[in-house]
Amino acid sequence: MHGTLLLIELGAVILGLGLLGAISIRVGISPIPLYLIAGLAFGHGGLLPLATSEEFIAAGAELGVILLLFTLGLEYTASELVGTLRTSVAGGLIDLVLNATPGVAVALIMGWGPVAALALGGVTYVTSSGIAAKVVGDLGWLANRETPVVLSLLVMEDLAMALYLPILTAVLAGTGLLGGSIALAIAAGTVAVVLFVALRFGRAVEVFLDSPSQEVLLLKVLGMTILVAGVAQLLQVSAAVGAFLVGIALSGPLAHTARELLTPLRDLFAAVFFVFFGLQTDPSDLPPVTALALGLALLGMATKYATGWLAARRAGIGRAGRARAGVVLIPRGEFNIVIAGLAVAAGAHAGLGPLAAAYVLVLAALAPLVARVVEPLLRRTAASPPAAPTVP
Amino acid sequence: MEVHRTALPGIGLLFEFVTERGRRVGVVSHRTGRREVVVYSREDPDTAAVTLTLNAEEADGMAELLASARIVERLEALHRQVEGLITEQIPISAGSPYDGRSLGDTHARTRTGASIVAVVSGERVHASPRPDFVFQAGDVVVVVGTAEGTSAVARLLAEG
Repeated sequence: MHGTLLLIELGAVILGLGLLGAISIRVGISPIPLYLIAGLAFGHGGLLPLATSEEFIAAGAELGVILLLFTLGLEYTASELVGTLRTSVAGGLIDLVLNATPGVAVALIMGWGPVAALALGGVTYVTSSGIAAKVVGDLGWLANRETPVVLSLLVMEDLAMALYLPILTAVLAGTGLLGGSIALAIAAGTVAVVLFVALRFGRAVEVFLDSPSQEVLLLKVLGMTILVAGVAQLLQVSAAVGAFLVGIALSGPLAHTARELLTPLRDLFAAVFFVFFGLQTDPSDLPPVTALALGLALLGMATKYATGWLAARRAGIGRAGRARAGVVLIPRGEFNIVIAGLAVAAGAHAGLGPLAAAYVLVLAALAPLVARVVEPLLRRTAASPPAAPTVP
Repeated sequence: MEVHRTALPGIGLLFEFVTERGRRVGVVSHRTGRREVVVYSREDPDTAAVTLTLNAEEADGMAELLASARIVERLEALHRQVEGLITEQIPISAGSPYDGRSLGDTHARTRTGASIVAVVSGERVHASPRPDFVFQAGDVVVVVGTAEGTSAVARLLAEG
């Protein structure tokens, strides 16, 4: 009987997510906020609390994080990462300082303590590269000259995540500053080793994993990813980072096939992950943090806009391009929730989960809409003096 | 043509160049095989004014069109050079001075500039007849040359 109920609940949840996804496509926003809302509705204190499937959803959510990071790693090759690292460190630092500061400051002002500050800094810092890439593609900005600037900022953020998540994991585990430093050293060492192996011996890894059978390939790649993620977890480096590094180590045709095979799985489990985060948040906790979340979201829009504007200006790009670079960076999504999820699971301050949920809800939903209006707005304001073109 | 190449991490490569008339053009080459052809705005060179998205097959097709159009142009030029030439079929009539004489006797090439490329006698076609080929009344001579050249051959064969 228990099994039957599990199937019914699970089926209803996944079907519901599919319907929400359809709505998000029609409205033209990211489905992430809708998944979060669904999670809120199904969670404790929600409209339809789930009875039996929470355990399964919790395990699925863990896989979702691993797959999210793995497919993100697949997007980049090791040489791209190293190349970006050489050219974009300054922009990356501006990005980090401008955008982590509001989160850190708010947590400290609220008296939530340094651990929550570290987590909330991460929540306000990272742009959702998934939503940002979709905005760029949908609005036809891919070939624009600011786009390489934006993409290299996103790459820098993802690299920063590879160092940040292990520190956060260690600090949340209560190992203190020393433990954090050791975790950082291990993480930095691991990242360096993986980049080195990927650059030097990428072929060997691919020969080991490659197979003409899609089934074999899927099992090998998925198994390898989860195994490395588990080992990384054991080493306190965070499972997500392990998966990210496996993704980076794969490149070429194998990465292409692996992406095609694993994307459907990623979509399923990532959706489950967002629901799970919503499940853990009691909707009645939301109203007290709403004002704070809105303020933080407005600040987050402003700081990201400034980041994009500055980075594009450094690259010699005109006014319109700077504005576009600014708005593309605004969306927050998957990784902000991953960070908040880690913090919540480790029992950080109770306000953190609802605040992060509300923050991501606002920015994931609003950012694509803001991006859509920025060009018409610019055209109107720049109608009299045209943006000084630097025609070659 | 100078092509500028930029890496788009996670997407592929962006190639840009400026045409002779000063338009900036870009091609985004996705790792998936998708291609985007972009023309940048005149006012703001950072902004793509027109984007044309092509799947792998369409991109190949377009590349072929762009390349094969040049081949057609070259063929046309070649054709224009040949355009002054015409082909004419001239019968040897019964009273012709060359009835029963050899092709070499006519000195057609040196006297008219046109070439006799074939002779049709009855059912048989003699392609590239040799100088010792002997004409007979009823043969049809195929001549290639300029308009003046071929009519000169016709006069020659009729009147000598």
